[in-house]
Amino acid sequence: MIAVLALFAGVLLGVWLDPTVPSALLPYLPIAVVAALDAVFGGVRAKLDGIFDDKQFVISFISNVLVAGIIVYLGDQLGVGGQLSTGVVVVLGVRIFGNVAAIRRHLFRA
Amino acid sequence: MPLPSDDETVPLPSDDETVPLPSDGDETVPLPSERETASVGSSGPAVVGSPVRRVLPRLTMANAMIAVLLALLGFTLVVQLKSNSTDASLENARQEDLVRILSDLDAQKERVRQDIEGLEESQRQLNSGAQGRQAALDEATRRADELGILAGTLAARGPGLTVSFMPVSNPIGASRVLDAVQELRGAGAEAMQIAGGDGATVRIVASTYFLDANGGISVSGRRLTGPYMIMVIGDPKTMQTALNIPGGVVASVSGDGGNVAIQEREVVDVTALSPPKDLQHARPVS
Repeated sequence: MIAVLALFAGVLLGVWLDPTVPSALLPYLPIAVVAALDAVFGGVRAKLDGIFDDKQFVISFISNVLVAGIIVYLGDQLGVGGQLSTGVVVVLGVRIFGNVAAIRRHLFRA
Repeated sequence: MPLPSDDETVPLPSDDETVPLPSDGDETVPLPSERETASVGSSGPAVVGSPVRRVLPRLTMANAMIAVLLALLGFTLVVQLKSNSTDASLENARQEDLVRILSDLDAQKERVRQDIEGLEESQRQLNSGAQGRQAALDEATRRADELGILAGTLAARGPGLTVSFMPVSNPIGASRVLDAVQELRGAGAEAMQIAGGDGATVRIVASTYFLDANGGISVSGRRLTGPYMIMVIGDPKTMQTALNIPGGVVASVSGDGGNVAIQEREVVDVTALSPPKDLQHARPVS
């Protein structure tokens, strides 16, 4: 409940403040968002499975974001940033789909 | 059948939440390699921190962390969405894309520059043509003005004389006025008009004729009464000399019982116009 409220608060804050993204962060922000979404869906799934753990969620959230950012940064340094970020997005997308499938099975039993 | 593919995610070990350690179910473990690192990374603090976590006000700390993280997620999500929807694509583009775009633009610039050169060349040509046309137009306008002044269809202004014929004992005859006009023409008069005593003016052109009418003269059918005043544009000195020669206009008018007053003017306005005549027979030979 608190998490949902916080998410809404963040969205509202983003709409209200309307900040501009610093150019240094531009390549990493989308990847970080996708990685965080992955962690959130994983957390929801774990919640439904009854094995949700706060610490686990926090750590996986942060590490997901950091690892995604590091991969993209590394890719940029190696000159394959575009491909690597695509790869990261694909992997995270697959995981999100898997987690959503599990959530769906929990909610709809189908 | 689509269902098996959907259900495939269940048996996959990477996707299964219950496979990892029971102490903390890893929410984000799908890839085996990542699960190893994650479990290693999380098992260390989990062992040390598990008693602490039970003791600490778990709800406030952890939930606060989750709330902060999710708020951050929502914030960045919105920011990213907004920047993506508002930004031109260039700002988010990668270096190699930018290089490609840059080279494309360079090639385009080169093409456009060549276009500019071609267009400038044609502009130069057109300009020279336009200049020639403009010069021809100016020349034609100048000639038309000259001819208009000569034909009496345009008003003229310039230095010249006003010549007044005042009858003293006898009225001034048309032949005297015609003499004066001829003399002025011979002296280089360029535009003339004659005014009667009532202020009526007639432009004097090549086809103008003078007749004696009762009590005055008829100039191209227009009846004027004395005194007459001729306004003439031309070289004042020459015309004055021409009028004053012995036995000339001034002398003969004086002999007929009249008086001639010549006044030199800096600016003479010849404003009367002679209506243009439609030519019926003569055609220009080009």
